[in-house]
Amino acid sequence: MLEIRGLQAKAADKLILRGIDLKIRAGEVHAIMGPNGSGKSTLAQILAGRETYEVTAGEVIFEGKNLLELSAEERAREGVFMAFQYPVEIPGVSNIYFLRAALNAVRKHRGLQELDVVDFTAVVREKIQLLGMTEALLERSVNEGFSGGEKKRNEILQMAVLEPKLAILDETDSGLDIDALKAVAAAVNAMRSPERAIVLVTHYQRLLDYVTPDFVHVMAEGRIVRSGDKQLALELERQGYAWLEGEVAPVSRGWS
Amino acid sequence: MSTAIDEIENLTRQEYKYGFVTVIETDSVAPGLNEDVIRAISARKREPDWLLEWRLKAYRQWLTMKEPTWANVKYPPIDYQSIVYYSAPKSLNDRPKSLEEVDPELIRTYERLGIPLREQQLLAGVAVDAVFDSVSVATTFKEKLAALGVIFCSFSEAVREHPELVRRYLGTVVPYSDNFFAALNSAVFSDGSFCYVPRGVRCPMELSTYFRINARDTGQFERTLIIADEGACVSYLEGCTAPIRDSNQLHAAVVELIAHDDAVIKYSTVQNWYPGDKQGRGGIYNFVTKRGKCLGRNSRISWTQLETGSAITWKYPSCLLIGDGSVGEFYSVAVTNNCQQADTGTKMIHIGRNTRSTIVSKGISAGHGQNSYRGMVKIQKSAEGARNLSQCDSLLIGNECGAHTFPYLEVKNSSAQVEHEASVSRIGEDQIFYCRQRGLSAEDAVSMIISGFTRQVVRELPLEFAVEAQRLLSVSLEGSVG
Repeated sequence: MLEIRGLQAKAADKLILRGIDLKIRAGEVHAIMGPNGSGKSTLAQILAGRETYEVTAGEVIFEGKNLLELSAEERAREGVFMAFQYPVEIPGVSNIYFLRAALNAVRKHRGLQELDVVDFTAVVREKIQLLGMTEALLERSVNEGFSGGEKKRNEILQMAVLEPKLAILDETDSGLDIDALKAVAAAVNAMRSPERAIVLVTHYQRLLDYVTPDFVHVMAEGRIVRSGDKQLALELERQGYAWLEGEVAPVSRGWS
Repeated sequence: MSTAIDEIENLTRQEYKYGFVTVIETDSVAPGLNEDVIRAISARKREPDWLLEWRLKAYRQWLTMKEPTWANVKYPPIDYQSIVYYSAPKSLNDRPKSLEEVDPELIRTYERLGIPLREQQLLAGVAVDAVFDSVSVATTFKEKLAALGVIFCSFSEAVREHPELVRRYLGTVVPYSDNFFAALNSAVFSDGSFCYVPRGVRCPMELSTYFRINARDTGQFERTLIIADEGACVSYLEGCTAPIRDSNQLHAAVVELIAHDDAVIKYSTVQNWYPGDKQGRGGIYNFVTKRGKCLGRNSRISWTQLETGSAITWKYPSCLLIGDGSVGEFYSVAVTNNCQQADTGTKMIHIGRNTRSTIVSKGISAGHGQNSYRGMVKIQKSAEGARNLSQCDSLLIGNECGAHTFPYLEVKNSSAQVEHEASVSRIGEDQIFYCRQRGLSAEDAVSMIISGFTRQVVRELPLEFAVEAQRLLSVSLEGSVG
């Protein structure tokens, strides 16, 4: 579904990704871990189409298409979804209106009929129940005045409604209490499907207690320095990221 | 620079859609202003002597006054002697008896503006008193209104048919000596609308007027007077667009509202005068005095405005809350794009006991636009138990525009409760990226953010205007903000 080859990227003349290679097949769940500044969030943002980063080398193929040539909205319509680490507030725009506009943009792109308010409400109700959320959330402005946990759950609701092929969760677990974490994990598990790939970008192992990944990758200084299965995450948890420091190929600092 | 920002710039680059000139012969007086010009205007309109005298007094007052300079706007000096003070479409000298008799060119103009008069008449239930330049060209639904005793007609007609009402109320809210532009308007006003709703009558339809400046270099000086008698209720809509031209045009209107006991007046405006081009050439100078007097107990006056046009807007729809328990409201969206400047807000003057006022102001600045909110809340000593809530929010699009807030507060009664909230935000790349990552185009994202920002005000507009309002926001901000 997704193949990343030799991806390098910089922001403000600082090289952040130094060559990423990664292959993700439909049905798989990948966890990307790493310390702060390792480049894992940058990777997520580049896949989602954030333009503040400049790709300097490499390519990304998604379902046979050159992903890097598509705009952010085209990627979204093709089925790439990113749950934001810091979801953005849109005052005065109701959550349900926003969700419907987003879903209809995706449906239109796929040649499906756009949903009217009645049909859409039925769809969103079903998802809300599936995720154990309250409908009150729908009438509020997008993320405005939401608690940290509500914002993250709202991202998951959007994911559930948009039913992406590739879902990237950028530190969705950070800032969640244990109940919210469990709820998010349950929702992610409910979204697992043979047609869908899920990428969990996370700093901590604890989300992986509830969502079992098929693969775990560890990033450091802009590279994937170790890949393995869930055992790798547990090992990291025991030993900390310092354990991997020797794995990083020597790079002269300030080289970019 | 990211493409999201580029996209916003593309949007703000969109040209004014309503720029076209209708070719119609006009009957104008020579440019310039003196007592003879005022006498000529008055004579052409066959006005009674008292009104001519009033105009002349206003003119003499105006001569002693100085153009105000306190507003946060910049423009070259206006040459008042180069302005044409009266212009009427010539084809209307023989007054049309029905729409069918109206110059088809005029009808086409309205249609291009999306104001199909005929359809409105048939479908929308809106009585339209369409002002083309300075003279009313069509008045609809008059008979239906007349059956209820509602008078809705052009100002000139009111002067002829209901002189006692005009004489009783004219200048009682905005005296001719009020300010420089009000004095000018009082001296030379050409036409406008008049509405009187008698005691206990709820006007069954939204009253609506479309103003349009057409003749080249013609100042337009509208005068509107609306009176709601005891327990009466009326909603009045005013909307306008104007065609592109090169030289600046002065628009100095005066609107007076009077609400007696338990009366309600809702006055809504969608203002889309030509804003000038991207370099700031041309465009309307909109220097307007709008004021309502809540004269009676428990009366209510509500101003809602959507200001997207004009090169310069200088406008403070205000309420004098005289009657005990009276209520004043001001809901405003002001958009400045390219080189537009707006200095707008309101004055709420609390005089009666337990008077209440609400101010919601939303300013949007894009391009090089400068947007100022200027508001005064004044609680007089007599205004026991007065309350005010003000909320002023500004939204910036891009890095070269400005938002300014000038709240003035004067409280002379310690029982008053006054609250003021203000915020400034920016349509950020983050917001736009968030929307795009959900599949929305940058254009739709900006449109949605704007619509969310302005919702609190737009929902106050009558339904008939809400759609047009959204469209205008999109054209002036999406195309220039929305």
